[in-house]
Amino acid sequence: MTNKIRVATTSLAGCFGCHMSFLDIDERILELAEVVVFDRSPITDIEHCSADCDIGLIEGGVCNSENVHTLREFRKNCKILVAVGACAINGGLPAMRNFIPLEECLNEAYINGIGVENAQIPSDPELPLLLDKVRPIHEVVKVDYFLPGCPPSADVFWKFLTDLIAGREPSLPYELVHYD
Amino acid sequence: MAKTITIDGVNIPYEEGQTIIEAATTAGIYIPHLCHHPEFTPHGSCKLCTVKVNGRNCSACTFPAMEGQEVINNAKDLNDDRQKITQMLFVEGNHFCPSCEKTGNCQLQAVAYHLNMLDDHFPLFYQHREMDASHADILIDHNRCIFCTLCVRASHAHDGKDVFAISGRGINKHLIVNSESGLLKDTNMAATDKAAHICPTGAILIKHTAYQVPIGERLYDHQQIDQVSLNTELVDHDK
Ligand code: SF4
Ligand code: SF4
Ligand code: FES
Repeated sequence: MTNKIRVATTSLAGCFGCHMSFLDIDERILELAEVVVFDRSPITDIEHCSADCDIGLIEGGVCNSENVHTLREFRKNCKILVAVGACAINGGLPAMRNFIPLEECLNEAYINGIGVENAQIPSDPELPLLLDKVRPIHEVVKVDYFLPGCPPSADVFWKFLTDLIAGREPSLPYELVHYD
Repeated sequence: MAKTITIDGVNIPYEEGQTIIEAATTAGIYIPHLCHHPEFTPHGSCKLCTVKVNGRNCSACTFPAMEGQEVINNAKDLNDDRQKITQMLFVEGNHFCPSCEKTGNCQLQAVAYHLNMLDDHFPLFYQHREMDASHADILIDHNRCIFCTLCVRASHAHDGKDVFAISGRGINKHLIVNSESGLLKDTNMAATDKAAHICPTGAILIKHTAYQVPIGERLYDHQQIDQVSLNTELVDHDK
């Protein structure tokens, strides 16, 4: 039990599509569960990484201060950090707001948007502050591996994890490399 | 006796006046490229086709084949450089493939796949670039232009129209349209023009055709650009 590989996962500025795609490995998850134990992850609801995680899977780019803290926690506690999906790799669709000034985005969503009632820009101190631009995670921490795709297919997760667990250098053949 | 050069140790014939890439294509050898097109005068700007000729780096699309050349093409260091160049092209523009109509049919993306490029490596520029949707049938998305000048060359040499040009230098370089308003709708460009179909990326798109072929069944989804490129370019050669 104790020598199982510890995997932590999180979604930053992502849509959970990568996590859903990961779960598409279907019954292979049982095979995985024999060698892997999930640490911090939406799958377990564990709130913080243990200090000895082996693999950290990061979905989504960095769009607010909380994303930065989470990402740093993962980097600190995971031996291998993996950028999963288009958003973690290049900001993805959330980064399309990078071409619109933040104030305009907020006004559109909370002040001028259709159907908005009681218009005000949320400013509760509990809320993480938005970054000026959405950034890919490799601009904030060192990233060891990248799994492209929107989302990466279940086979990408499977190939990558089984390579890594077997002690092979992970590699993705042509059929598994997609940016869409 | 036919004159020959070697590419990665293989002897191949060439005709006087051929560039290295032309000789290679005729012999069925793929050299990665983006700004080269067999029908148009070479431009030599993307540098993806860089090969070693007798130990020196040269652009295969502009360098003439000459007796006794020893060319190295498919080598790890050259492919690593090609991958870095491709990454630079990605971070300089705004390439959100999941929301791009060209995805799966895009040569820039296909070259990246071929080189097993899994990330962008460099910090992203996120430079704001415009779109020109003014034309009834053709869309220009400057976010995806890599300044290969193929549309410029096709419009000039094939369509006889000179609709496009590249203006500015360095990071300010951009594609311009030859009309007083600067808009495509005020040119005589037509969707049947060669220039409307030659773009290797999703920067020039024909409207109303976007998802006729579903993602997953597109040109490069299951076959690599080396094969596709050799097949189509040999046909172009024979014309
Ligand atoms: S032009 Fe090609 S590389 Fe750029 S976003 Fe479109 S599909 Fe991706
Ligand atoms: S619009 Fe397309 S064909 Fe024209 S220069 Fe840009 S990338 Fe090349
Ligand atoms: S293909 Fe030769 S420089 Fe672009």
